[in-house]
Amino acid sequence: MTMQIADSVSLSPSEAKARAHAAAARDNLRTEPRAVRIVIIALAMIFLSVFVVLPLVVVFAQALSKGFLAYLSALADPEALSAIRLTLLVAAISVGLNLVFGLVASWAITKFEFPGKTFLITLIDLPFSVSPVISGLVFVLLFGAQGYFGGWLRDHDIQILFAVPGIALATTFVTFPFVARALIPLMQEQGTQEEEAAISLGASGLQTFFRVTLPNIKWGVLYGVLLCNARAMGEFGAVSVVSGHIRGETNTMPLLVEILYNEYQFVAAFAIASLLAMLALITLIAKTVLERHLDEGQDGNDH
Amino acid sequence: MGLTLSWLSVIILIPLAGLFLKSLELSPEQFWNILSSRRTLNALRVSFGLAFAAACVNLVMGSIIVWALVRYRFPGRRLFDAIVDVPFALPTAVAGVALTALFAEKGWLGAPLAALGIKVAFTPLGIFVAMIFIGIPFVVRTVQPVLQDLDVEIEEAAGSLGASRWQTIIRVILPSLAPALLTGLALAFARAVGEYGSVIFIAGNLPNVSEIAPLLIVIRLSEFRYADATAIAVVMLVVSFVIIFAVNRLQRWAQSRIPVR
Repeated sequence: MTMQIADSVSLSPSEAKARAHAAAARDNLRTEPRAVRIVIIALAMIFLSVFVVLPLVVVFAQALSKGFLAYLSALADPEALSAIRLTLLVAAISVGLNLVFGLVASWAITKFEFPGKTFLITLIDLPFSVSPVISGLVFVLLFGAQGYFGGWLRDHDIQILFAVPGIALATTFVTFPFVARALIPLMQEQGTQEEEAAISLGASGLQTFFRVTLPNIKWGVLYGVLLCNARAMGEFGAVSVVSGHIRGETNTMPLLVEILYNEYQFVAAFAIASLLAMLALITLIAKTVLERHLDEGQDGNDH
Repeated sequence: MGLTLSWLSVIILIPLAGLFLKSLELSPEQFWNILSSRRTLNALRVSFGLAFAAACVNLVMGSIIVWALVRYRFPGRRLFDAIVDVPFALPTAVAGVALTALFAEKGWLGAPLAALGIKVAFTPLGIFVAMIFIGIPFVVRTVQPVLQDLDVEIEEAAGSLGASRWQTIIRVILPSLAPALLTGLALAFARAVGEYGSVIFIAGNLPNVSEIAPLLIVIRLSEFRYADATAIAVVMLVVSFVIIFAVNRLQRWAQSRIPVR
């Protein structure tokens, strides 16, 4: 970082000119010919447009292909409404569970030292790299009729699979890492000094958590909840395995998209899909805003 | 602490242990017979082969996108930067029906491609397209921060010592990015192998041709052939363990190579 120190020293005009020349020469060393630049930018833009933007546009185009009224009536269908309700319920359950767990887990991981920490972090990350279908399968093996707890559940007349608890469990499994993953790096960076100060000034553990830790990580918490929620509402593979596809009862929005699509009810399928696409877009916008807050928070801590 | 561990056990450890226990109920011979059946082998081949091909495409295109986003200024740069995350955020089922509509024979892209004699939807090529779609953010988001933090003085040094731009990129920049590139490749591959929602709509799902392994698990489950489903799942799970392990090692390697500034 010697350059920055040199820059802050005041320069005579001739020196400044020489410096500008040197800077231009440096830029030349670090960039490509104009034609190469244009080709690279064009390739990037075309690729993203074809593979990412177009599919997004198609969803809305198909949903509105029979007019706005058909779109609205598809959304007002009782089956659609019950799917929306179920999706909201399941998302609320799994986001709530993972919020509490994410806070506790990242608190334990960042504020204390204990053996097996790396293993714990790997376990938390695991659902990210497991196929969603396998995430569903493990719950079928546990709670299905031939599963380990299947007999006991039947004896006690508890329905987990093909019902809301199973869907919520599978969704919780799949969205498990989001909150913890958002908080661990943030809390690691902040260290334990402020908590130690609070404790030594006589605050209780809970007071320290709510008055010191939580305000410091609030944007991180929101960020984790946002991503967790997006995934929870959109999860397909895992939920599809455990839901049993009972119409009007255990169909979440993504599952209803599949069913309607396979029945060639394209407008209805894409109408539901457009709601989920809007959720994705809103999530992305909110994520960008939150990232700005998080960056500012970090800058604030650096100074 | 205790709460973390017990919650983790309930949600993650017990279900996964259940899967492995179930697979232990199979004799090695049964296990082998399931895996070596023609349909299973073909499904695994389709999933792993196409996922690897798609990850390679993502590696190349992802690098180009990262380069454009980090090094150049052009109108819409921030928008395109945000767009990269769409495959992360868009529910897989929505991506699946959208890609199918786009590449179907009457779709916006499917029609011109069909005129050229290229059929995408309901063929293995469709699976490939869907896997490229879901994998692209992994490469971009892994490589982008590393390229941003790359010390430009090294490039200047290489250039002023007489290296051509191409030499600088190949000999200086590429090796610094190598761990991030490999990590991105591994993550995109892992995601594509396990992907279900965005693939099944466009795949056509013809056994032995365009049937992916996760779909075969679902089919076996619906036929109540739990043993078959479990065996395929165990193979895929072991592969994802290996990938996570490799990625962790790669990260450690990267940290030991690039001095912290």
